[in-house]
Formats: sequence, structure tokens, C-alpha cells
Amino acid sequence: MTAMKIGVLAMQGAFAEHIQVLREIGIEGVPIRLPRDLAGISGLILPGGESTTMRKLVDRWALREPIEHLIEQGTPVLGTCAGMILLSRRIVDGDEPVFPVLDIDIKRNAFGRQLDSFETDLVVPLLGDRPMHAVFIRAPVVERAGPAVEVLARLEGGRIVAVRQRNVLATAFHPELAGETRFHSLLATMAADHDEPGEGSGPARRPAPSTASGSPDGNRRAASS
Amino acid sequence: MSTETSTWATKKGLAQMLKGGVIMDVVTAEHARIAEDAGACAVMALERVPADIRAAGGVARMSDPALIEEIMHAVTVPVMAKARIGHFVEAQILEALGVDYIDESEVLTPADEAFHIDKHQFKVPFVCGCRDLGEALRRIAEGAAMIRTKGEAGTGNIVEAVRHIRAVQSGIRALAAKREDELFTAAKDLQAPYELVAEVARTGKLPVVNFVAGGISTPADAALAMQLGAEGVFVGSGIFKSDDPARMARAIVQATTHYDDPRILAEVSKGLGAPMRGLELATIAEADRLAVRGW
Repeated sequence: MTAMKIGVLAMQGAFAEHIQVLREIGIEGVPIRLPRDLAGISGLILPGGESTTMRKLVDRWALREPIEHLIEQGTPVLGTCAGMILLSRRIVDGDEPVFPVLDIDIKRNAFGRQLDSFETDLVVPLLGDRPMHAVFIRAPVVERAGPAVEVLARLEGGRIVAVRQRNVLATAFHPELAGETRFHSLLATMAADHDEPGEGSGPARRPAPSTASGSPDGNRRAASS
Repeated sequence: MSTETSTWATKKGLAQMLKGGVIMDVVTAEHARIAEDAGACAVMALERVPADIRAAGGVARMSDPALIEEIMHAVTVPVMAKARIGHFVEAQILEALGVDYIDESEVLTPADEAFHIDKHQFKVPFVCGCRDLGEALRRIAEGAAMIRTKGEAGTGNIVEAVRHIRAVQSGIRALAAKREDELFTAAKDLQAPYELVAEVARTGKLPVVNFVAGGISTPADAALAMQLGAEGVFVGSGIFKSDDPARMARAIVQATTHYDDPRILAEVSKGLGAPMRGLELATIAEADRLAVRGW
């Protein structure tokens, strides 16, 4: 599994930060801009950013169906903040869902505007006793979690901010901004267990050179992250 | 730790969430909806786009708070607004309105020719303009949580934006190549704090997100900025001064995502109608240039 690759949706948002965290745990993160980029990935991350922007770009570049298909096939996926919104079955302010795979009701900007963004420490029992530092930026919150949904973390006061349902992990906060690698490691473990590559496996599954040294373009991206 | 709001991580973090996106100038709630619908990751609420500010002359100030609030109610993406350089009371007012980011902007007429706003005193994050690395680091030292290269706003001419992003990027590369004992003099030459200079030398990048602004008016302009190292773009007059703003806005959003794919850039650039007319820089007198405001 040394050549495992995890895709990071790269429409808009903090995708470079996720690729950096993956690099820290020894996994190649692949930016996903077009359906063909999904070939050969073992897991997928939907990053933070603006969910309204990402949903439009996902449709414009025909990524909705292939990504939904991957998730339905059991490919592990992690959504953070806007990524969590994209994975929710019901969005409280009325927007249509994008990948309706998590049986949760999600409220966008649940804490208010930027002035209400905050940092705190959370306990995520699944990931150990050591508290997790969590950065919430114009963050959503889970207002209802269905019976099949495992609640992974709550704020003091009980609001749900991290969940898992089968192969889908989602957080309302940004582990990638806090030097936190445990969610990414969990995703990688789930991806290794799933052991079925994304569609169009074959040539793209051969061990690829790392992006950092692969091409001038790879260097440029790494430098600007 | 207990729960803390308005930390450096949340201020800088919002800019990280805007990366790879397009922030559009809007002057009405209707514009704001068009921008959001086209895929803008944030909007800049103001009374006049820079091209009109340039044409109108006179003193350009913070926009009417009623207009800013109307725009805040019209969209769910973050809303930014501009305060004059050094006008910390305009910034206090914008913070009281609850805008998501304040742009301490050279597009407005400066209120102070010696001091920028002490941005550490605010809970709301700030973005500031720069023309080179030293100016970027001075703004960050004052508390800016995001930087944009200035370009020359309201011209529809990319030439100054290219000059400024190149200056920042080559400044970073030059620092990264220095020995540690050379950084003290580098800090003196850049007129920037040593700690920030040393950080840039070590990491090879600015400590905050860097967008390009000032003159972007086509999808190709946006992609050029991105390929030169921008992490996203501001488009001011370029959208609502074009023939078909909704279409131009969508195309610039697509080009910013796919900035390194020329075939997609060709596709999204087709049939957009006329971009804004634009100004040749040589026709703008030194006194009428906006980028030289700020220090």
C-alpha cells in the first residue's frame, strides 16, 4: 500500500492543506479537477472552502456522478467543513444536497459570521484520549443525525461536529489547519481496508513518482500551498 | 484550551478557505447574487467599482453601511468591505456591521499618509495590498491576515498585477536562497521585521494567503495570475464593466480552478463578448495611480 493515493477535490478551497497533511503521513494526495483524475485513488477528501462555489464547479465539470458512484461503491471519503455540507442528505437552509450519502441535517454558518469563528479542544474518543485541537471557520453544525450515523465528537453543550456513516467521515472543523493528522490516518486505514481502487484502475495504479519531484507543475503547486 | 474567537488561526484560516477562488466587487444586492451564482467564493461590497471611482475623482470613502448590510443579507458567501488606509474608525464601523473581512484599500483615498491601521486591535480579519515582498511583510506585521498584490485597480490592464505578483514571488525566492546570516541585512533592505523575513526564508512562502488584484478582466488574466503564484484572484471592474457580467464571472471562476489546463481555458474563453475596455498605463498620470498609495 506504499503507493496509495488519496484524491482531494480541488475545485476551490483549502485542498493544498489536505495534500500537505497526507504528505506528512506518507501518502500522495492527488488534486481532483476532472473525472479522469479519480482513476486509481483509494480514498477521497472534500476540503473546506465555499460550498456554494464547490457545488457549482462539481456540476460544471461533471464530477457529481462519478464521485457519488465511488462513495456508493465504498471508497472512503472525508469531508471537512464545506466538504461535510456537500456530503449531507439535508441542508437546513434549503439548498439541494450534492452527494446525499450522510444521513444528517446540516446547518450552514451555524455559529454566525466570521466574527464567531473559533478554536477549541475536542475529545474524539474513536481517535484516542488526547484532545484534538479544532478550528471552526464559519462552520456548519449537525442538527440531526440518523440512526445509522455514529457521532464522533460534540462540542460542550452537545452540538454534533464530527460523524461517520460506513465509509463516510465528516467534520465541521478543520483538522488540516491544526497540524492534526488522525482523521487523515483513519481515512488511510479505511482506504487500505477497502482495498478496491477507484474506477479506471490499471495504468494509473502503477507506482507513480511523487508529485513533489514529478513535474515542474507539481513543484509549483507545492511551493504555493 | 478554552474556546477562543477571532484568533490568528481563524483570521488567516478564512483566507485559506477562499483559495482557488474569485472574489468579486459588487455594488448592489443584485450584483452580489449574480456573483454568488457564478461561483464567487466571496464578494467585496462597495458603492462604485474602481473604474467608476477613477472616473468620478474626488475623495473615495467607505461605502454606505446600509448598502453593505443589504449585500450581507443577499448572499451566503463571505462579504468583504473596504476601509481607507489608516482610517481605523471606518474599520471599527465595518467590524460593528459584522463583515467577514476588511480590505484596507488603496482604491479609496488614504486617510493617513504615515500610518496604516493597527489591525491587531480588531477581531475581524484584514486583507491589505502590496507591490512587493517588503510591503507584504510590513502589512502582515501590522496584522493583515491575507495579502493581495495591488495591480492598478480600475484599469482592466493586467500589467501592474503581473509586475507585483512577480516582485513578491521573486522576492520570496531570493530570500529562500540566502544564508541565515544574510537575513538580518535582508530584513533591513526589505524594511520588514526580521522574524517574518526569517520565516519566509525558511518556508519559501508568505505566512498568509496571497491573492492577485488590480486589472484582471478575462479568464486568461486570472489564469496568468494563478500560474505566476497567486492563490486566488480579486476581480473588481472586470466583471460588471464587461458586456455580459454573469457569463464573464462564470468563465473567470472556471479559469481560476483550471488555470493550468490551456484546453479548458480555451473552452471557457469562447464567446464571452467584450471585456471591459481598459486603460493603457502610460495614459495614467503618476498622481492618478492608486498602487503607490500605502508604504
